[in-house]
Amino acid sequence: MSNDTIVLAHGSGGRLTHNLIRDVFVRHFSNPMLNAQDDAAIWTPRPSEAARLAFSTDSYVVQPIFFPGGDIGKLAVCGTVNDLAMVGAQPLYLSASFILEEGLPLADLERIVASMAATAHEAGVEIIAGDTKVVDRGSADQVFISTAGVGVVPDGIAISGANAKPGDLVIVSGPIGVHGLAIMSHREGLQFSFPLASDCAPLNGLVTAMLRADTQIHCLRDPTRGGLATTLNEIAGQSEVGIEIDEAEVPIPESVQAACELLGLDPFYAANEGKLVAVVAAEAGTAILDAMQSHPYGQAAAVIGRVTSTHRSRVVLRTVLGAHRILDMLTGAQLPRIC
Amino acid sequence: MKYIDEFRNPDAVRRLLEWIRERSTRPVQLMEFCGGHTHAVLKYGLRQLLPPAVRLLSGPGCPVCVTASSDVDRAISMAHLPGVVMSTFGDMMRVPGSSVGKASGRSLQDAKAQGADVRMVYSTLDALSISRANPDREVIFLGIGFETTAPTVAAAVLQAQAEGLENFSVLSLHKLTPPATKTILDAGEVQLSGIIGPGHVTTIIGSDAWEFLALDYGISCSIAGFEPVDILQAIYFLVDSIEKNTPAVRNAYRRTVHAEGNLVAQRIMQRVFEVRDAEWRGLGNVPNSGLALRDEYATFDASRRFAVEVGPSAEPKGCRCGEVLRGVAEPSECPLFARVCSPEHPIGPCMVSSEGACAAHMQYGEA
Repeated sequence: MSNDTIVLAHGSGGRLTHNLIRDVFVRHFSNPMLNAQDDAAIWTPRPSEAARLAFSTDSYVVQPIFFPGGDIGKLAVCGTVNDLAMVGAQPLYLSASFILEEGLPLADLERIVASMAATAHEAGVEIIAGDTKVVDRGSADQVFISTAGVGVVPDGIAISGANAKPGDLVIVSGPIGVHGLAIMSHREGLQFSFPLASDCAPLNGLVTAMLRADTQIHCLRDPTRGGLATTLNEIAGQSEVGIEIDEAEVPIPESVQAACELLGLDPFYAANEGKLVAVVAAEAGTAILDAMQSHPYGQAAAVIGRVTSTHRSRVVLRTVLGAHRILDMLTGAQLPRIC
Repeated sequence: MKYIDEFRNPDAVRRLLEWIRERSTRPVQLMEFCGGHTHAVLKYGLRQLLPPAVRLLSGPGCPVCVTASSDVDRAISMAHLPGVVMSTFGDMMRVPGSSVGKASGRSLQDAKAQGADVRMVYSTLDALSISRANPDREVIFLGIGFETTAPTVAAAVLQAQAEGLENFSVLSLHKLTPPATKTILDAGEVQLSGIIGPGHVTTIIGSDAWEFLALDYGISCSIAGFEPVDILQAIYFLVDSIEKNTPAVRNAYRRTVHAEGNLVAQRIMQRVFEVRDAEWRGLGNVPNSGLALRDEYATFDASRRFAVEVGPSAEPKGCRCGEVLRGVAEPSECPLFARVCSPEHPIGPCMVSSEGACAAHMQYGEA
C-alpha cells in the first residue's frame, strides 16, 4: 500500500490511524497536553487554581444516521462525554457543529437534535455553542456532526493510558462488540433471535460511581473504533507494560458472536460506544467492580485480565483452550463508518 | 451457540490432544492446504498444544495470496477505465500487484483513493445490484476464490443473463485446488506425510476428489472443518492412518462434506466455466487449474470485453510469499517479515489477506 494518499483504513481507529496521528498531527501540533494522547487533554488554567480542566473533540459520520439503539446525535454527545469521562473529568459543556447535505429532511435533523438534547440531559451536560454549514448534495452524506466538550477533573485523580502498572487488574464494563455489530447487521439486513441494538450510552455516571468506590483507577478508555483489542494495545504501549487477557472471561454476547461468525469479523475488534476498559490497582478491584455492577451501565462488568511486567507493550491472550497468543491492534478497516 | 460451542469445547480438545499424543510414535509433517485452517490453528494456539512430533505446514489455500501479480495489475488497469465500477471482496482491495510506484496505484485500494470507482461487496449479488442501479456504468466483478466461490459467481452470470443485464461482467481468476496440491507434491520440495483437506472446497467438490492423494501419491488426507475440534479430529485421523501405514482419505467434517460433494454447485460451475491453465503466485503456471468463462458467456467475460495493457510483472524484491505458499518457508524465515512487511504496509499478498499465513502469524503470533 502506498503512503501518499488517505485510504479508509486511516479512519479505522487501528494502526494506520495511530500512525497518521503520530506522523502528521502530533508532529505538527506537538505539545505536552496533546502528546499525552489520552482521550481528553488536561490542563490547569492558572497554576494557582486547583481545578484542572479537560477538553476533547470528536466528529461523527456514521452511516446509517439512525440505527437500532441510537442515532448520530446520541453518538455525538456520548462520544465526547465519554472521552472527557475517560480522563476522570466531570463533563460540563459541549459545542456542536453540523455539516448538512443539501436535501436532508428537516424532520430528520430535528429528530437528531432532540436525541442530542435528551442524551445531554441524561449526561448532565449542556450544549452551549454551535455552528451550521450546508454543502452541495454529494459533498457530504446527509449529516456530519462534530462536538467538543470541557469538563473538570476533581482533585486526587490521575487517570491516563500511561499509568498502568504490573499487578493491576483489567476490567471491562460489559459485553463487547455490540455497537459495531448492531450497525453492521442493520446495514446488511441481518436479524438475530437476540436483538442487536447499539450500546451507545454516556458513561460519566459510571465513572463517578467507580471513583467514589476507590480512586485507584490508573487507566480508563472507551474501546470505540478498533475495539477492545486496539484499546488494550494502546494502554500496553503507552504504559510500556504487558497485558494478559483471559479469553474465557471476556463477555461476548451470543448475538455478537453469531453476527461475527456470519460476517467474518472478530468481536475483539468490533466497536463499542457504551463500554469502558479500566485498569485498576489490584487491592481496589473488588470495590470498583462492585460499584460498576451496581450501576445500570456496568451490570455485566468483569475482570478480564491483568497487567504484567513481561512482554512489554504487547497484549497476550490466553485462549479458551489454554494456549497463549498475541492479541494485536486492528490493522486495516474492519467496518466502514461506524461512528 | 449451537454448532459452534461444541466444536470449541475445551474438554473435547483436551481429549483429542490426548488421543493424538497416545497414537503418535514418529514425527509427521502435515500440510493444512487452506488458509482458513492456518488462521484457526494460530488463533487457537493449536501448534503449542500438539505434541512436538506433529508439525503443521501452511499451504497455498488463500485465494487472495495465490492471485498472480499480473492479474492484480490487470484488475487495477480495468478499474481505471472510464465508466467502470470494479467490485470485489474486501481482502482483494489491498493485494499488491507489481506496479510499484506506478501512477495507477499498487492495489485496488490505491486505485480507489486515486479516483477509480472500486467497491467492496460481500457477495456477487451485491455486484448485480450495483449493475441494476447503474445502467450507464460497466460493472466488473473481480472473481477470485476456489471451488467454494466459483459456483456463486457462475450463478450471478446466469442471473445477469436471465435479466438481460448487459453492463455486468466477471474477471474470472477462479482456481481449482486439487491441481495445486499435485504441483506441490510433484515439486517434492517439502516432505509431507498427510494433508488436512479444505473443508469448504470439499463441501463442493466432495471428498472423492482427493482420493488421488492416497492412490497416486500414497499420502493420507483428512477433510477438516474450521473449529479446533474439527481440525484436531482430522489430525488424529491422519496420525492414525500414517501409523497404520494405510494411506486413506477420511472425512472429519461430516456435518457438511459428502463423498460426491454438492452436485448442483458442480453443475452450475461446469455450465458457465471451462477449465484452463492458470498462473498462481508462488506456484507459477499450473495446468488445468483455472476457470474461464465459456464462449457462450463471452459477453459476461471482462477479459474479452475490456482490453488493457499491463507491463511485465515482477514480485517484490526479497518477498518469500511464493515459498510460504508452497510450505517451504515459515513466514518468520522471510527477511521482510515484521520488519518492512506488516499488515499495515504489506509487501506480499500473504500479509494482506486474513487467510494469508504471514498475516495470521503477525496477528496471532505465539506469545
